[in-house]
Amino acid sequence: MSDLADQTLYSLRGLLETGQCSAREAAADLIARIRERDGEIRAYVHLDEESVLRQAAAADAARARGEGGELLGLPVAVKDVLNVKGDPCACASRMLKGYVAPYDATAVSALRAAGAVLAGRTNMDEFAMGSSTENSAFFATRNPWNLDCVPGGSSGGSAAAVAAGEALAALGSDTGGSVRQPAAFCGCVGLKPTYGRISRYGLTAFASSLDQIGPITRDVRDAAMLLKAMAVPDPLDSTSVDVPAPDYMAALGERLDGLRLGLPREFFSDGLDPEVNRCVLTAIELCRKLGASVVDVSLPMAPHAIATYHIIACAEASSNLARFDGVRYGFRAGGANDPVELCCRTRAAGFGPEVKRRIILGAYVLSSGYYDAYYVRALKVRTLIRRDFDRAFASCDALLSPVTPTAAYRLGEKIQDPLQMYLGDLYTIPANLAGICALAVPCGMTGTALPVGMQIMGPAFREEIPLRVGHAYQQATDWHLRRAPRHGKAGQAAP
Amino acid sequence: MKYVPAIGLEVHVQLLTKSKLFCACRTDFGAEPNTQVCPVCLGYPGALPVINREAVRLTALAGLMLDSKIASFSKFDRKNYFYPDMPKNYQISQYDRPLCLGGGLAFETGGRTRTVRLNRIHLEEDVAKSMHAGARSSVDFNRSGIPLMELVTEPDFASAQEAYDFLLALRQILVYGGVSRCNLEQGNLRCDVNCSVRPETRSGLGVKTELKNLNTFKGVFNAIEHEAARQIGILEGGGVIRQETRRWDTDAGVTELMRSKEDVHDYRYFPDPDLMPITLSSGQVERWRSELPELPRQRRERLAAEFGIPAYDAGVLAADKAVADFFEDAARLSDNPKAVSNWVMSDMLRLLSETGRSIEDIPVRPAALAALVKLVDGQAVNMPGAREVFEELFEKGGDPAEIVRARGLAQVSDEGALEAMAEQAIAENAKSAADYKAGKTAALQFLIGQVMRKSKGKANPAGVREILKRRLSG
Repeated sequence: MSDLADQTLYSLRGLLETGQCSAREAAADLIARIRERDGEIRAYVHLDEESVLRQAAAADAARARGEGGELLGLPVAVKDVLNVKGDPCACASRMLKGYVAPYDATAVSALRAAGAVLAGRTNMDEFAMGSSTENSAFFATRNPWNLDCVPGGSSGGSAAAVAAGEALAALGSDTGGSVRQPAAFCGCVGLKPTYGRISRYGLTAFASSLDQIGPITRDVRDAAMLLKAMAVPDPLDSTSVDVPAPDYMAALGERLDGLRLGLPREFFSDGLDPEVNRCVLTAIELCRKLGASVVDVSLPMAPHAIATYHIIACAEASSNLARFDGVRYGFRAGGANDPVELCCRTRAAGFGPEVKRRIILGAYVLSSGYYDAYYVRALKVRTLIRRDFDRAFASCDALLSPVTPTAAYRLGEKIQDPLQMYLGDLYTIPANLAGICALAVPCGMTGTALPVGMQIMGPAFREEIPLRVGHAYQQATDWHLRRAPRHGKAGQAAP
Repeated sequence: MKYVPAIGLEVHVQLLTKSKLFCACRTDFGAEPNTQVCPVCLGYPGALPVINREAVRLTALAGLMLDSKIASFSKFDRKNYFYPDMPKNYQISQYDRPLCLGGGLAFETGGRTRTVRLNRIHLEEDVAKSMHAGARSSVDFNRSGIPLMELVTEPDFASAQEAYDFLLALRQILVYGGVSRCNLEQGNLRCDVNCSVRPETRSGLGVKTELKNLNTFKGVFNAIEHEAARQIGILEGGGVIRQETRRWDTDAGVTELMRSKEDVHDYRYFPDPDLMPITLSSGQVERWRSELPELPRQRRERLAAEFGIPAYDAGVLAADKAVADFFEDAARLSDNPKAVSNWVMSDMLRLLSETGRSIEDIPVRPAALAALVKLVDGQAVNMPGAREVFEELFEKGGDPAEIVRARGLAQVSDEGALEAMAEQAIAENAKSAADYKAGKTAALQFLIGQVMRKSKGKANPAGVREILKRRLSG
């Protein structure tokens, strides 16, 4: 079998189940693909080939014994922010370079339990702070569609790996769009589940009230498969919610009859690139043809989402990242004479500039005298944003919008201008603040052959609705079947 | 001018739970360093806290015993500051919505009852323990995440003695309720003190200092005495008190500056997004209230009423729950509760304190003490003999009647034998006999002693007295 690395999880599972290939062959193909492509893409920060092959062989043996779960033998790459026992978990930071995870994140153990092969660690913005993966302390990852462009971030390694055929699927984490935005930039599917749907235990925290683990895949069906495997309530995470996960696969179909889809007008505002706008509107029109009714809605507080988000996320980050002090694990700066100096030197040398910027901002908004003006006010606006969504979902089953205001930009283009970079998240952040679920699906290409994504937002714990919309859309289109060109091989585009 | 102190206490109490506040690690004291740890209490990346419900229940129980209002909604906050013994560099505590609000404790001090108001009780996690040896420092994280409740009083204490007596009463109650072991050597109860003084003639509070590092009640007493005197000295010399935190130096017996108000931390408190708020229904709180144990004060009153023992006895017995339980069990089996009380208060408490043992580790059973009292009352053994029996019971346990037999301690009450011994004693001590007849009643005691000696202590002293008096008055 060739091109096992280009399968979806679903199709590879079919091949495995019918004995047309083994998990070990699939793993070997994948490793070969990574060797071939990753020199230019640089999606991975760590890959233990032996471990991948060993897990795959174990999956084959389990299958031979008649055992195994829903994901038996299917390889999944994991963002460097999630703990996988025995693997490095550096969060693409100098602070945790060489740190080896002592335990499995709950989402990771759920994948293991379902039989998945954990295949490598993907690059990201340091501690998931950024939108381009340029903030990685190790190296930048490139967009497989155009190597001069960023793959998005912070889960840029995961999206680039899936787009480049270096992974069939990968886990990311989404605090303000970090799964959906890179998925859109790289032409992948990205799902941010409802806050509380997947346990955060073992996800190195950036902003605890916003973080959520999500899959990046080639199509919507794969996202549904991975969500089902990970959507289990966890006694180790007080914020995980015990709402039974439906059979997402069963919810997938070809028609959208009876669904009411809302277009929030604030998500089609001035800053939106006309090409992106055109792609998304065309996709919405297709949804209508598939049976959905489309209505205009308003989320009047949405324009305040970015400011609200940065106050809350940075406040939480300033506290979450306080533990990196060089005392117990990770990087420790030398030459300190006392504990305070040890801590200061370690943090000064261990964190990159974007992480420092956010910690300082977060400490500021929490400090006495400013707390009410910033943090408390941001919480109030957050509540209002939530209410906006409650109102919208009272009349709509799902909301459609662009994922990002533009397609992928060039490496280095915004890295010196953090505010410009932050503005790129204006359509994804509201879903995090409201705690709802949201799906990104590829819905077109720009004139310069860069993917464009459509966002489908659903009510809390109703992931089956965006998945249903996205899947029906994909049954009628082929954007998700297009593959990034192989630059290493004379730059020819795949069919 | 006369100055009066106004003192408030912040008492940190380790809750009696099997596991830590936010993880499943054990809380055993004295384990090898860093053996009771996990990713949560070590602050590893990605680890999350989960609240220990028993810690919530115990804190609410303490609140109910101290007349606090149990909040139907309370939450956890992060107190942010950097310190090597704090694994996350924030402490999970409760800031503006504590579990228990208000309340108070009535306690005996200086021969009267005082009531001190509580401000609040909240839950928080303990930090790790730093140890320094030469140039090397190590941290033991076994203590990290141990559940503490912090109880804050209003500045109602007017003296070190009041604070001291309050702590005794508080400890008694918390031990009674099973809230904490309150073992001071193991650091189960630690105290910070807020101390200010003001001229007697003026109302309001003076500028306060906070005293830290107080691990014993005596330390609290001494630190307050010293600090109040220091502040009064400054004011009398025309100086002003600065708001600051001072450390009590146990060895030197002085408080010294730790940090001034200018260095005060901005803890950047905010609600911990990893934990859900604690919501308690009134039904839950009422269930807990119905499970409240009897408190020392109530028990003291009940023991006196139910067993007809003096208030003093009841107070001594009720002071320690285990002692009171022992007394009650024995007294119920006896016709003579006062005698049972005497045994417990004198012999038993003395032996316990001499041997350093606790009532749970000694073999003597309440039924055995009741039986011993019955033997004494039935004149089967005299008091000196009974003491010997009790000591054996204390050491080895057993049946008092059996011990009396085995040791040959049966009291001699046989008239004939006593008469013979009395006659002999009078004959051998003619002068004492004559003295008694001449009105020196003290001589009788001497003669009784002589008879007791002849009986090797087994004679019934009351019987001997009667016989001697009769013979000498003839």
